[in-house]
Amino acid sequence: MSLDEQVLSYPIPSDAALEPPAEWAELRSKCPVAHVKLPSGDQATLLTRYEDVKRVLADPRFTRQLNAPDAARLSAEGNGVFNSEMAQIIPDGGDEHQHWRRLVGKWFTAKRMAALRPSMEEIAEQLIDDMVKCGAPGDLKAGLGFPLPVYVICDMLGVPAADRERFSYWSDALLNLTRYSRAEMEAAQGEFFQYMADHVAARRAEAGDDVLSELIAAGGPEEGGLTDIQILVTGMALLVAGHETTANMIGKMVSMLLADRSRWERLLADPSLIRTAVEETLRLDANSGFGLPRYLRDEIEVGGTVLPRGTTVVCSMAAANRDESVFEGAEEMDLRRSPNAHLAFGVGAHSCLGQALARTELQVVLEVLLRKLPSLELAVPAEELERVEGLAVGGLRTVPVRW
Amino acid sequence: MRVTVDEDKCCGAGQCVLIAPEVFDQREDDGIVMLLEHEPGEDRHVAVREAAAVCPGAAIEVSDKA
Repeated sequence: MSLDEQVLSYPIPSDAALEPPAEWAELRSKCPVAHVKLPSGDQATLLTRYEDVKRVLADPRFTRQLNAPDAARLSAEGNGVFNSEMAQIIPDGGDEHQHWRRLVGKWFTAKRMAALRPSMEEIAEQLIDDMVKCGAPGDLKAGLGFPLPVYVICDMLGVPAADRERFSYWSDALLNLTRYSRAEMEAAQGEFFQYMADHVAARRAEAGDDVLSELIAAGGPEEGGLTDIQILVTGMALLVAGHETTANMIGKMVSMLLADRSRWERLLADPSLIRTAVEETLRLDANSGFGLPRYLRDEIEVGGTVLPRGTTVVCSMAAANRDESVFEGAEEMDLRRSPNAHLAFGVGAHSCLGQALARTELQVVLEVLLRKLPSLELAVPAEELERVEGLAVGGLRTVPVRW
Repeated sequence: MRVTVDEDKCCGAGQCVLIAPEVFDQREDDGIVMLLEHEPGEDRHVAVREAAAVCPGAAIEVSDKA
């Protein structure tokens, strides 16, 4: 049976943790608009070509209303982070979304992120020192990748360092679809909600130098600001969106660069490559997770195929990022690639709000690692790295390293 | 080279500022793009083209003058 006749199960498994499934190239060339079966058993349409994925993500007719009655469910338990009640509180589209985005987005400008660099460097140095103290081999994911983004988000939200561990747990419990029971996930969400409600109330009483205080200071909806519940949910969303994604990417980035150690050596010899190297690992991340689902309210044609209204589309940015018609030598890692218009953060009005934060964190981690641990290497062959199985965010189980 | 930006398309990703800080900035109050130089010098053309190519909102246009 050829690919265009069969219904593939999605996500498509891959044999090697850092490598893409062979099906991606075949889908792009022969079946760019493919029928797939999701873990829930529901059917969806998978897009793998760069132009199609880019167009759909930037087109507001492809909505994020995955709660529509005839939208595909991603897993049997529902859509997790993609349509929790929480997600519905933040405006989904149009002017209201743009208004929310601009209120929050001012916290994520390139300049603000540059100003955070010294504190990020300090966090990275401290975590690396702790990892080194425990002796080699160490797990770079547990020691550096996982804690760093939580600490940074806690600082942005004005959460004291003493509460960082609780934030780490809540974030993991909300996003890790396999490690915790439903009851544990619900309890974590409840505790997290309560913590943030108290935190917002405390900030309302006494403002601090953090994103929540700033959102409160903007006033209520009648003054052009947000409601209390929107502020609270925005705070929760920043942790959920910004933790596991970056945490896993740190581990995958370092693994990809160490898998062929000549890459690491080139970076040691010329650290000015750090920026483009980070972008290239984002482009080549074959294990980025589910992709972005969209729900179609009207009939629309994509890549020569008419999609009926009610279709759920899954955009595979990771497959699109290896499209040979857009990226020269698409399967090769080119640490100098420029321009590198990959779709790892999505594209258009809904592209990742925290992308400047994520980029800065990845660049800082790489800079500090190259400086402090130039002899860093994987402690297992790259082929032995294992993927975390879960729906929302792709990552590696552990990243064993020595130095 | 002549550069124009479309504020409505801008999603505040900040890529242009990271790549070409002499030419682009973001407004303090909403993170939207500000053009600092409409006709940047030759030494900045490569960076400006890169910024335009990677802008997730496709908000930057570069045109070449004869």
